[in-house]
Amino acid sequence: MATVTESPQRAAAPAVAAPPAAQRLREHTIEIVSDSGEGAQKCGQIFGAVSAKMGNGVWTVEIIPAEIQPPPRIPEGASGNRIRLGSAPVTNGGDATNLAIAFNEQVLLARHRLGALANDATLLIEDMWATHEDADIRAAWEQAMAELSGRSYRIVPVPMEAQCLTLVDNARKGKNMFALGVLTWIYQRDLERVRDQIAFAFRKKSEEVFASNVALMQLGHDWAAAHLDFRIEVPSAPPAEALVVMNGNEAIGLGGIAAGMELCAMYPITPATSVSHYLSEVFERFGGIVHQAEDEIAAAGVALGASFAGKVAFTITSGPGLALKTEFIGLAVMTETPLVVVDVQRGGPSTGLPTKVEQSDLLASMVGQPGDSPHIVVAPATIEECFHVMVTARRLAEAFRTAVIVLSDANLATGVTPFPRPKADEHWQAQPPDLAPVTDGLRPYGWDRETGLSRRVIPGQPGGMFTATGLSHDEGSKVAYSSGVHQRSSAMRSRKIAVLQGLLQPPVVHGAPRGDVLVVGWGSTKGTIEEAVDRARAEGLRVSSLHLRFLSPLEPGLKQIFKRFKRVVTVEINYSDEPDDPYITDENRRRGQLCWLLRATTLVDVDCWTRVPGEPLRPGAILDAIRARVSRGGAS
Amino acid sequence: MTFSCGLLSILEPDDGDEHYALSDYEGARARWCPGCGDHSVLTAVQRLLTAEQLVPEQTVFVSGIGCSSRFPHYVKTYGFHGIHGRALPVATGIKLHRPDLRVFVVMGDGDCCSIGTAHWIHALRYNLDIVVMLLDNGIYGLTKNQTSPTTPQGYPSNTQPHGSFLPALNPLSATLGVTNASFVAQTAEWVPAHLYATLKAAHRHRGLSFVRILQRCPVYTPDLFQLAVRDPSRIALLVHDDGVVVPELEKVYATQVAHDPRDLAAARALAEATDRIHLGVLFRDVSRPRYEELRRVPPRTSDERLALLDQELDRYAV
Repeated sequence: MATVTESPQRAAAPAVAAPPAAQRLREHTIEIVSDSGEGAQKCGQIFGAVSAKMGNGVWTVEIIPAEIQPPPRIPEGASGNRIRLGSAPVTNGGDATNLAIAFNEQVLLARHRLGALANDATLLIEDMWATHEDADIRAAWEQAMAELSGRSYRIVPVPMEAQCLTLVDNARKGKNMFALGVLTWIYQRDLERVRDQIAFAFRKKSEEVFASNVALMQLGHDWAAAHLDFRIEVPSAPPAEALVVMNGNEAIGLGGIAAGMELCAMYPITPATSVSHYLSEVFERFGGIVHQAEDEIAAAGVALGASFAGKVAFTITSGPGLALKTEFIGLAVMTETPLVVVDVQRGGPSTGLPTKVEQSDLLASMVGQPGDSPHIVVAPATIEECFHVMVTARRLAEAFRTAVIVLSDANLATGVTPFPRPKADEHWQAQPPDLAPVTDGLRPYGWDRETGLSRRVIPGQPGGMFTATGLSHDEGSKVAYSSGVHQRSSAMRSRKIAVLQGLLQPPVVHGAPRGDVLVVGWGSTKGTIEEAVDRARAEGLRVSSLHLRFLSPLEPGLKQIFKRFKRVVTVEINYSDEPDDPYITDENRRRGQLCWLLRATTLVDVDCWTRVPGEPLRPGAILDAIRARVSRGGAS
Repeated sequence: MTFSCGLLSILEPDDGDEHYALSDYEGARARWCPGCGDHSVLTAVQRLLTAEQLVPEQTVFVSGIGCSSRFPHYVKTYGFHGIHGRALPVATGIKLHRPDLRVFVVMGDGDCCSIGTAHWIHALRYNLDIVVMLLDNGIYGLTKNQTSPTTPQGYPSNTQPHGSFLPALNPLSATLGVTNASFVAQTAEWVPAHLYATLKAAHRHRGLSFVRILQRCPVYTPDLFQLAVRDPSRIALLVHDDGVVVPELEKVYATQVAHDPRDLAAARALAEATDRIHLGVLFRDVSRPRYEELRRVPPRTSDERLALLDQELDRYAV
């Protein structure tokens, strides 16, 4: 039964005199949810950034509806942030929310129904709806309260509207800062930092907006101080090293700059677009431009054209856009023109779940191009890696003269966490193209017979004139009319991928090098999987994990590593058939995409546990799957 | 031109001598069918390159897929022979990143007016300083005789054997309807002097010069434009000091229309005219903004960029 605290608005009791002692916790997960457009995300972002700056481990997950302005007060319209706060570094969004602040009861219901709220969660709810003049709204409130009462939630009504109206005419625009103030008090955030962060968040707005937001935040803070009887302390320590805090898409944008690239061509698509929002703000200062092309295909073509004529360029997209770019990716492979393609994955197929995380583009990114199109596919595992992968991708594209696809996802794109501040390195930067005359008989595809590698010739180089072509061609880029040329050139393009694999180190196992179960993941799930594995190991289970960054080529030595475990199971955010589902047999079972790949390349009977919940996997769910695999025991 | 001569041109620029002969621009031997209009265009282009002394290594020909898209292979400059319909995005990337390069785009009617239509419309709007040639023979030739958007209504093909169902798309009208188009001309492969003069005007225009070149396919549309080829009175030359004037054609082509290329309304009327084929510059406006100029940013050295990166990271510092 939920305990409903008497609404302070209606309570006759005066404000509490002394602040209550804070409950000290190693971590706490907070959610701010509102209708879209009420600014809960802004509140969450500021709270997360301030917490990171105060030395807490932080991982922020966005809660995003598919529509820009869904109808108000519907569960599907829930918009906001989950912030997992820890004393130690936090690598994922965790299992359940401990404290939520909601601008109406309907958006909270959405979170409740998703199982996002811990059984004993504290729920602070705007209480204006309980006494609303519209009888339907009052009835909806009552129904929602009844539904929420099925758990042990502590429900705390908060008069957000009434309070905000004492300062502003339109409370809808102010509740987020009021909520920020309430959280600031509960979690004892540094007020000066909060004010600074508000200033940063509203840097494009007027001084009046800033002043009004600070006043609203202070109002929430003071209201909480006067009316709440609990505080929470998640102890923090000043970080040992310099940190930066940003989301994965900002990291990709900054990484592109760090790589010395000068052109990002794109077409708007969720959830990749915010990379271009960020770059559009800053790129020109760095001598770069964002080109918003007429479509996804053109975006790839512009990037390819620019790369052909000089420095490697990049294009950003998401699944449906990757599909449209496939022909150009094949052309990059065939003409051996370096190209970096960032795919911020979302749910599919087709339009799918535009704002939600999924890892379903792995196979499409590897083999989606017409013909045999060997190229490089890498996946950053953390927000920090979103930054560094761009430098790696640019360098690989250049050195191997091929397309490099970077698979990020919505979880990394919108997640916010602190990471060690990158130390700028001159080697990151692409050098201006060398336009020296071609003097040594260099041919445009002077393939090294062993490695398939060759040096690029760039327009402007005297004596190097050639026509790059998507037709099969020989070393001189002459169209292949004679037999044997296609076999040889195909081998040369393919060989490069093997050469790259030879340069990679075998991946490092997280946990013991041998055991019962090895969990293999890729992309954004690293933190979640490792947390689940650590919990499993704490329970005494012989479980380890392996996380892959290189998918094409795969990292070396996998078969040897797999042999040391009784069972190997991939954990992925993509769809796979459950073995005991109707019609499903071992032969027809459609497995997770990495699982498919690992089985094909290692001949090990790799199993998978995959889910497509439209949200990041929870460590607790992975732990349950691990327990089930261990209890089944034996070799798979 | 041999390579050593190329070096000489760098060591001794602008000495007034002609460094590049026509043969210096000759690439692989053209494999188009005998009688194909593409040969005429190639000849005119090579003549233009020679006359304008374009530096081969600073010139790029970009094409898509189709008979005419083999063009870059036959010119000894840099070239990019890409995928069907997508020459313009590639050219856009090249020009945006390397405004110093002279870029020519060669497209067929399927390339430009069908599969690549979106790029055609938007490239006109970007108005990059490139020359865009539409080699329009009203048919898909490479894939063997399928109806194209510019196939005349009623004209048979393998895909529409009883004749093209729809009226042909008018590339000139479409082009003249696009905001920020800055140069639109029409010429014909069987009037080499006009073809050359038009390409020269296109090359000298600063902005995207769109030139529709009327062609016949000797195999699939040999009788296209036959009336006009046989009867010069069916052709009207648009003349203006700001357009194309070819005195040697005055005897053959008696119908001359004084047309000021700044007059967009008149240009649109001419594009729609069905009585005669109008050759010449329909529209030209040098004041239209050019995308590569609008997007030009001060270059940064690696050191500058890394220093700025460090400042940028300060904004995210914990």
